[in-house]
Amino acid sequence: MTPETATALAIVIPMVAAPLIGLLDRQPNLRESVTLATAGLLFATVTSLLLDVMAGAQPSVTLIETLPGLPIRLEVEPLGMTFAAVASFLWIVNSIYSIGYMRGHNEKNQTRFYICFALAICGTMGVAFAGNMLTLFIFYEVLTLSTYPLVTHKGDRKAVMAGRTYLGILLCTSIGLQLVAVIWTWTATGTLDFREGGILAGSVEGPEVGILLFLYMYGIGKAALMPVHRWLPAAMVAPTPVSALLHAVAVVKAGVFSVVKVVVYIFGLDFLNAAENTSWLLYMAAATILIGSIIALRQDNLKRRLAYSTVSQLSYIVLGAMLATKWGIVGSSLHLVMHAFGKITLFFCAGAIMVASHKTEVSQMRGIGRTMPLTTVGFLIGSLSIIGLPPFGGMWGKWFLLLGSFDAGQLAMVAVLILGTILNILYLMPIPFHGFFSKPDVAVAGHHHQEGIHEAPIPCLIAITVTSLGCLALFFFSEPAYEMLLRIVTP
Amino acid sequence: MIEAHLPALQVVLPLIAAPLCVLLRHAGLVWLFATLVTWASLAVAIALLQQVLAGGVIVYELGGWEPPWGIELRIDEANAFVLVIVASIAAVVMPFAKRSVADEVEADKIYLFYSMYLLCLTGLLGIAITGDAFNLFVFLEISSLSSYVLIALGKDRRALHAAYQYLILGTIGATFYLIGVGFLYIATGTLNMVDLAERIPQVQDLQSVHAAIAFILIGIGLKAAVFPLHLWLPNAYCYAPSVVTAFLAATATKVSIYVLLRVFFTVFGADFTFGVVPMTAILMLLGGAGMLVGSLVAIFQTNAKRLLAYSSIAQIGYMVLGLAIGSVTGVSAAIVHLFNHAMMKGGLFLVLGCIVFRSGSTLVRDLAGVGKSMPLTSAAFVVGGLSLIGVPLTTGFISKWVLIEAALEEGYWYAAVLVVFSSLLAIAYVWRVVEVAYFQEPSREVAALREAPMILLAPTWLLILANIYFGVDTSVTLGVAEQAARTLIGAGP
Repeated sequence: MTPETATALAIVIPMVAAPLIGLLDRQPNLRESVTLATAGLLFATVTSLLLDVMAGAQPSVTLIETLPGLPIRLEVEPLGMTFAAVASFLWIVNSIYSIGYMRGHNEKNQTRFYICFALAICGTMGVAFAGNMLTLFIFYEVLTLSTYPLVTHKGDRKAVMAGRTYLGILLCTSIGLQLVAVIWTWTATGTLDFREGGILAGSVEGPEVGILLFLYMYGIGKAALMPVHRWLPAAMVAPTPVSALLHAVAVVKAGVFSVVKVVVYIFGLDFLNAAENTSWLLYMAAATILIGSIIALRQDNLKRRLAYSTVSQLSYIVLGAMLATKWGIVGSSLHLVMHAFGKITLFFCAGAIMVASHKTEVSQMRGIGRTMPLTTVGFLIGSLSIIGLPPFGGMWGKWFLLLGSFDAGQLAMVAVLILGTILNILYLMPIPFHGFFSKPDVAVAGHHHQEGIHEAPIPCLIAITVTSLGCLALFFFSEPAYEMLLRIVTP
Repeated sequence: MIEAHLPALQVVLPLIAAPLCVLLRHAGLVWLFATLVTWASLAVAIALLQQVLAGGVIVYELGGWEPPWGIELRIDEANAFVLVIVASIAAVVMPFAKRSVADEVEADKIYLFYSMYLLCLTGLLGIAITGDAFNLFVFLEISSLSSYVLIALGKDRRALHAAYQYLILGTIGATFYLIGVGFLYIATGTLNMVDLAERIPQVQDLQSVHAAIAFILIGIGLKAAVFPLHLWLPNAYCYAPSVVTAFLAATATKVSIYVLLRVFFTVFGADFTFGVVPMTAILMLLGGAGMLVGSLVAIFQTNAKRLLAYSSIAQIGYMVLGLAIGSVTGVSAAIVHLFNHAMMKGGLFLVLGCIVFRSGSTLVRDLAGVGKSMPLTSAAFVVGGLSLIGVPLTTGFISKWVLIEAALEEGYWYAAVLVVFSSLLAIAYVWRVVEVAYFQEPSREVAALREAPMILLAPTWLLILANIYFGVDTSVTLGVAEQAARTLIGAGP
């Protein structure tokens, strides 16, 4: 298999899986086998590219010329490779988890759920491997639309209203701002290719740069920069596997991934550094980190707390990108990976608690460590990784982000990163702490309270274990990823 | 031999077939005959487009009479493309018509229906193909009169009122056009478009020529339902039989927009239209207002058919805007949207036709839960709606892309912002229907509905899938549109 074929297959495999899953509506076991097999196949395909890309290859393939001079084109570069590898690996874990969760919860419309999931992965792969801005935009929208039925899965009034917020914000920002930015770039430069050093230098200048940056950054609503973050907490009405993979990894990471892509390959670091009136975005990202964390502190619903935590963590990546320095970009890219593993673990745990004990609020979870020890340990590991403590992967992202801030002379940002970390501890740590060291609140636990171990279904536990170990492994084995990502900024 | 006479055949075929329908009388036979005729028309239209693309402009002297005495049919890329749009919609709608018309039109009037349908097709094709300004009026009247009848055949009694309203406004429109052409004839002494184009620059300071362009703009603007001349459209679309709505929505207004393009660029020439007359400002105002008002009003409609009708007014605004920008990109945006919008609205109105066939109602609240009982029909609505919004991989995206590109190229910032804003409003009105169809509990009647029959679904999905196909592969649509735009703009003196 040539790298080019593998690149195209990464899109085709999940696309083909979707109708196949649909055909197996009546045979759930076979249907889930298809999902698992597809996930495995996709991961194998993506990893087959990994060695080539690490060696410096950038396989590309043109699918079709949609607009004159503007083909739908895929090209694998280090950042996209990393994102695709993370997303496709976590899809396997998440599929195992989904089976346990969806069956344990007796969810309806499971076939539709798995179809949309496959399509969302197809969109994610497309975003990761997009060879130009048009392709990225197209798959970005595929991702938005394919996740809408997942967000509204429950179909009740609350889900529909959340779906309205979700689709409203994501479509309005992408069509209203991002599309304009893309077409503007196209008319100004005559190309939408991702090129090292950017394409805008010499074509756009003065205050226009600031406006264009605004259109891109708020047009990429999936990066959840405040005030266009509201869709993310709204999306939490979805079944937990959706929140775990899509709204902690695929969708939001597609957003910040696009931000980094635009900063590095459309604007170019030098151009962005030289441009005036672009620093405001750095402050917006900083504000989102702090405000998001403070809101997270005040949430009692666990999934909403995690969602606001994601909002704030995403802005670390935006902040790193906007530093527009070598270490900032490397830090952003690493944080993208590390946060993915940490946050998916936390969501897996939240879902496991919901399935096993029907608890959704933080205040109900005192003493949860006694009935669900494995899940609570998983939660602890995820939390520590997000906070950025060794020996967990989350440390590296923050390390390089701090380095980048010092490098750029942005001491205020150093302070923001430190403050953000303290807030992290405050809103995450109480949960495992009270889980292990507090007595269960009898009034809340009520008749649900059970003595002894009462863990989530086995598939859920497997998933939690895998991603927790992943957090640990990333601390020790992040060297290759680092080497590869460094190539983005030092060609 | 026959290739040389294709231009005449394009019009004569449905024209002769129409009275034959009356003679045949038997509903099934008439349908079969009319279907074959529309398919033959489509074959002719495609053949003509291929001829034009291969060999350039086709000039055909009707009856062998040389212009300026005789009537000249003149086909370039622009009208060849319009012919294909009209003929293909007519051909695709026919299989749908059999059961839908039998359901919605009284049995003893069905043969008249098809007769009128073919006449309407004749008129629309004639408008597109002719190179003579007065002959255009004749075809305009043929298409208009037959469409009044078609609308009046609607089941609801309000169809009569709608048809009457359209009759009054349509007649005013046609009359205004005729007055405009009359002024031009007085000033130049010719009715042939090419001759007109040559002579107008010499008389362009005459008040009557300025009056002529104003009369023509208002006259054709009425037929094209350019805001604020759209008042006839919502009622006409709403109460006409489903097939008629789909056919007219996809073709009639498009042909009128084509006439505006033809008159402004070929007859008056871009220098006069945009240089001497401040047409850019006028059209931009009308197009922009149409986009906003149409989309806004659509959000608050209680009837899905009327909702789509208002959306059409907004979409016509896009075409007018492309025309107003006047650059090659702008005009190709307008032309490509003629095609793309025909696919969207044709498909969407057929979807509503499927629903009418089963439930008899297109009120939004009666669509509650229809997503469960008619999954294929509802899915078609979603895809068509996404195209209307302009989501990537649909035709709507292509139209919007080219239009915004044209606006930005020429520095019309506010126009680009308006287009985007109008698309955002489209999300609101499309999703209103989607939410009702999928998330509301069905009433007992809706829950008992069966999926529409295959014969209705197939043409519907054909148009809906065309939205995706031509949203991915634009080499034909955008390619032809751009060539057409070059020909139109280059054709001016």
